[in-house]
Amino acid sequence: MRQVAIYGKGGIGKSTTTQNLTAGLGEMGKKIMIVGCDPKADSTRLVLGGLAQKTVLDTLREEGDDIDLDTVLKVGYAGIKGVESGGPEPGVGCAGRGIITSIGLLERLGAYEADLDYVFYDVLGDVVCGGFAMPIREGKAQEIYIVCSGEMMALYAANNISKGVSKYANTGGVRLGGLICNSRKVDGEAELVAAVAKELGTQMIHFVPRDNAVQKAEINKKTVIDFSPDVPQADEYRTLARKIDGNDMFVVPKPMSIDRLEQILMEHGILD
Amino acid sequence: MDERTKLLEKYSSRVYKNRKEHVIQLENITDQTITANTRAIPGSMTARGCCYAGCKGVVVGPLRDVLVITHGPIGCGFYSWGTRRNKAKAGEDGKNFIPYCFSTDMQESDIVFGGEKKLEKALDEAVEIFHPACIMICSTCPIGLIGDDVQAVAKRTEEKYGITTIGYSCEGYKGVSQSAGHHIANNGLMKYIVGTGDQKPKAKYSVNILGEYNIGGDGWEEERILKRIGYEVVSVFTGDGAYSTIRNSHLADLNLVMCHRSINYIAEMMKTKYGIDWLKVNFIGVGATCKSLRDMAKYFGDPELIARTEEVIQDELASIYDDMEYYKSKLKGKTAGIFVGGSRAHHYQLLLKDLGVETIIAGYEFAHRDDYEGRQVIPFIKEDADNKNIETITVSPDEKLYRERYTPEKLEELRQEIEIDTYDGMIPDMNPGHVVVDDYNYFETDELIKIMKPDIFFSGIKDKYTILKGGTASRQMHSYDYSGPYSGFRGAVLFAKDVTMSLYTNAWAYVTPPWKNTPMLTGTLTENA
Repeated sequence: MRQVAIYGKGGIGKSTTTQNLTAGLGEMGKKIMIVGCDPKADSTRLVLGGLAQKTVLDTLREEGDDIDLDTVLKVGYAGIKGVESGGPEPGVGCAGRGIITSIGLLERLGAYEADLDYVFYDVLGDVVCGGFAMPIREGKAQEIYIVCSGEMMALYAANNISKGVSKYANTGGVRLGGLICNSRKVDGEAELVAAVAKELGTQMIHFVPRDNAVQKAEINKKTVIDFSPDVPQADEYRTLARKIDGNDMFVVPKPMSIDRLEQILMEHGILD
Repeated sequence: MDERTKLLEKYSSRVYKNRKEHVIQLENITDQTITANTRAIPGSMTARGCCYAGCKGVVVGPLRDVLVITHGPIGCGFYSWGTRRNKAKAGEDGKNFIPYCFSTDMQESDIVFGGEKKLEKALDEAVEIFHPACIMICSTCPIGLIGDDVQAVAKRTEEKYGITTIGYSCEGYKGVSQSAGHHIANNGLMKYIVGTGDQKPKAKYSVNILGEYNIGGDGWEEERILKRIGYEVVSVFTGDGAYSTIRNSHLADLNLVMCHRSINYIAEMMKTKYGIDWLKVNFIGVGATCKSLRDMAKYFGDPELIARTEEVIQDELASIYDDMEYYKSKLKGKTAGIFVGGSRAHHYQLLLKDLGVETIIAGYEFAHRDDYEGRQVIPFIKEDADNKNIETITVSPDEKLYRERYTPEKLEELRQEIEIDTYDGMIPDMNPGHVVVDDYNYFETDELIKIMKPDIFFSGIKDKYTILKGGTASRQMHSYDYSGPYSGFRGAVLFAKDVTMSLYTNAWAYVTPPWKNTPMLTGTLTENA
């Protein structure tokens, strides 16, 4: 079982990318579970067809420790299982602790079945505290992919996340598998992201072009492969899925100084 | 080599550099400086407590008619329940919540989703069942981490029930020791309670006792003596104290300060806001009690009061004379080490002196420089980020209630004879050669006992049993080992009795541990092993 965590700047398209990518893997016959680690609980909407299942933490709060796995784990497109950890409303409590609690509970309930090929953790924004680093701690995700674009702040975030990853990589087995560029149609985007990836010691595993097919599928609460299997964008996600399935480049990232990052941005972006 | 050098030489250079400022061997009593109220060194096994312990455990916990609720996981509430033995009796209102332990018992899901709702519900229940005069919410570490707004909950509760409700952000991690919690508690009492009542004292001379926590009934013994002389005790901060009396405390004539560290903020603020002078008193020790009573009489300057004070002192002294003589004969020439409280390591030295016992080692867990060296050093204390993090409130003279007790000229005259609005610290009552340790730790305790060989060591539950088992008599001064009161005249006799009992039945000293005469490791020599 490969456990994969997807990180990236808020709003970059982590959940969209994760679900479309897992749809590609599902189509290949892989058995997959997605664990949504965002209090907003919107990481499984596309694979489950908008089904608003109860989150782990809401269930825990309402029903106590004695939870039936079926109430929180739903099966969607291509047999993909989806579970949302959930969390407190904004400005209250501790969302990070929520993720730790939720993952611990899923383990106790036996959600991590031996016949799963993949577990994907879709984690909110930055690694702001220990809770959001939970998926990459010992015994959890071994591979990280960072979703980014050619925009400056997305790359800042990617570099920052790499810092978090390298911290855990030095003490445990977690490795960076690559950057996924979710294009925002910035000039020279592919080259820039590839250059940043190279500097981090990793690869740009795939360049996902921007396409309205994604928005259309999302409005219909579906992944692209599910909603419009024949459009070119569906093939892009299939390619990404194949690349991740066959990936053998796992590194301890080398986060760079802000100066160096800005230098690369200057070279590939503004001076273009 | 002096004892201090011997103690410190075992430290690595880094630790030495820090600790050498906290450990002093007295030479010139009038010019000794010590470093205090700074962070403990990680790994030093300090005896200190936390900010929550200072606020809840020490200052607000003893208020009998206040429902003090610990907002947090159950451990903090449970382990601060009843451990300090601050006794209380239900007053005329029948309210005494001291035997209870109130906590929100935060669970994992309360941490994740926030604990405000649970706290509010707990307060609803508490009000319905107990009808407290006042509610205080004490925050523990996780509350600060998840950001529950306890002040907002306090405000809502106060509006809902019309009961004064105070939210304290006294999370354990704040500050460098429990001292931060004392300050936070003082601020709350001053902001929300002191000055809200209007019941004037009836007697001619009235006082508040500040920093008396009624451990083992100390405060009751003090009140007994004061009442005998004719004083009215308006309120006690906070042993067997009450919201209902502290509200009127600003109408008293004089503040008496027992524990300087934990309550000096209120003494100072009441002086500024209401013009009440404060006297640093000490009712621990026969000589000290007499001096405190005489200083009070001098402050009021009424010949009748002075005469009555003498009369009571003579009567009390006569009643304990035989007992004291007996115990003196048993204790004369003994030596002691003491670490307790925010003035008590000073107070007890005087009682021990009454009994012929010399205190050769003394110090505090959480004191500041002024508690050691006297308040004249306050302007020279370096502020650091840790003490700046604790809120300091400033008050100004109350337009209606400020009342100067004496003119500045008259006060100056009185100051020639008695310490008013000030405290000279512990060190001036010690002698050259004595060792003073700030923020003492296990290693230093063990080593000092080995090097200086005191006959008895007074501290707390954390170190008592290792000391006892090492063969040195030890008594807990945090709880008086379930005895007390030790204050005033009768208390002195009880203390003398307990100390004599400990010294003369020091059971562990009669036991030879096996490692003293049998090898702990055995082995045989073989060739080519």
